[in-house]
Amino acid sequence: MVLADIATLIRSKNAGPFILTFDILFADLASYRRVKDSGALNPAAFAKLYRCPIEKVRFFECENALAFKFSIPRPLTQGELGDGDMHGGQQFIPLINLEIP
Amino acid sequence: MATDKFQQIRFISPVGSVGGGICSDALDEALAQAPHFIACDAGTTDAGPFSLGMGIPGFPREAVKRDLSLMLRAGRKAHIPVIIGSAGTAGGDVHVDWVLEIAREIVAEHHLCLRTAIIYAEQDKAYLKRLLQQNRILPLDPAPPISDSVIDSSSRIVGMMGVEPLQQAIADGADFVLAGRCSDSALFAAIPLMHGFPPGLAWHAGKVSECGTLVCETLGKGVIFTTISQDEISIRPYGDGLRCTPLSVAAHSLYENSNPYLHRECSGTFDLTNSTFEAIDDVTVGIRGSEFIVEPYTVKLEGAALAGYQSIIVGGIRDPHVIRQLESWLAGVRSYIDESISHMLGDELDKSSYSLIFHTYGINAVMGSFEPDQRHLPHEVGIVLEATAPTQDLAHKLAQLSRQPLLHYPIREWKGSITAFACLHNPAVVDRGPVYRFTLNHVAVPSTAVEMFRTHFIDLCDSEK
Repeated sequence: MVLADIATLIRSKNAGPFILTFDILFADLASYRRVKDSGALNPAAFAKLYRCPIEKVRFFECENALAFKFSIPRPLTQGELGDGDMHGGQQFIPLINLEIP
Repeated sequence: MATDKFQQIRFISPVGSVGGGICSDALDEALAQAPHFIACDAGTTDAGPFSLGMGIPGFPREAVKRDLSLMLRAGRKAHIPVIIGSAGTAGGDVHVDWVLEIAREIVAEHHLCLRTAIIYAEQDKAYLKRLLQQNRILPLDPAPPISDSVIDSSSRIVGMMGVEPLQQAIADGADFVLAGRCSDSALFAAIPLMHGFPPGLAWHAGKVSECGTLVCETLGKGVIFTTISQDEISIRPYGDGLRCTPLSVAAHSLYENSNPYLHRECSGTFDLTNSTFEAIDDVTVGIRGSEFIVEPYTVKLEGAALAGYQSIIVGGIRDPHVIRQLESWLAGVRSYIDESISHMLGDELDKSSYSLIFHTYGINAVMGSFEPDQRHLPHEVGIVLEATAPTQDLAHKLAQLSRQPLLHYPIREWKGSITAFACLHNPAVVDRGPVYRFTLNHVAVPSTAVEMFRTHFIDLCDSEK
């Protein structure tokens, strides 16, 4: 089973021009717990997926919102020459196929 | 202002952004519930640095006029104040004045008379340089380097105001507060805080209300109506088929924030760690337990500087031989272009003063280094060449000089002259004008909460012109 099979929404977005943030949302507590208890979602796994230093990855477990969140500095500041995703909305793709054991 | 002997305070958030399209039926419905004020955000950095740098609003004038007119007329009908923040998208002085002109038309057309507080948020560069010298400009994480020259080269710098300038305007009797760059949540927290409602609830109410119906289970046409009491926020939409659920409201605090629990404002941080969300009825959610921690006063700065002028060429490649070796082929194209620029424009343009970027749609254009799929080659690749230079004329010439190499740069697989690039347009070159970059991710530490903002009162009346 992969993350997208369980989550109702996986999304990325700018949190201001300098930070990218990733939300993983679920419909019910069982699904949220299923992923949380698997231990598959953590800063090390995210750092590996995005080839970024683990100390730059912030991770939050938000049980009251049935959600997980990651935040990292943007590789290029929003709108900098070469930035191909002004709103940061299409950066969540590597999370889709994260294996949830 | 009567707030039911301070038992509760009620407000309308009519739309996520002025110009987004207020649902007037839902606004009327909410207005019947005796709100104490209407507030609406009009700005964002979401679209990029252009609006701030260039001084141009992101929404069409007609859309802003329609929404502003609905709000100002609703405010007069109910005799309650209307607060607009981050006017004209970026909240610079020119953006505020643009909205003020629209407001003048509205009062004339609808025979209104509004005591109006205009609060400017653009920052004086000499003042900022003094703060910098006194170590009173602090970096957020991550922040680009800051210096006097960064301040000087920024075409515009705004400070994001907190509740204090808004509160002063309301206390001085404003019917209409038109503010430059402003914290979204502050627009809604200002009046409840004046009346002594708990800061954690006042700020959290602002946070969940400011995006309009984005806080609902599914986005739709409607307005948000929020009530704050001494121990609870209740939030509900008016609009067909809309509902707030505990999950939709809790999840909204994640949206576009790097930290879902802690939200820094000028005067401190509101903390949602212990917030609870419960359904009050099918469409209404109650929130309790949100807290506020007072911290040293800071004002977030936003700046944008000219990055250059840009011209682009759009086209595509279908030849599998070229696609297979696209990276090295484009490197060859680039050297060829660099060489012709050096030959033909070398006197005007050295290599460090221009930029050529190929966005290769189909191969990593969207995700760059984050792209997980490094194996599959598409059958077709879209290319946008971006040429950026110190003047539009030079950017245009750069792009012109790029067209021939893109068309004809050879590959080993074919003998003779090839045309590898399917150009979309004639003329191939599209001039994009000036492009900007964000220059600051910093906060200023002012001596007072209001010294960075300038408030002017005018009577905005039918006969004023």
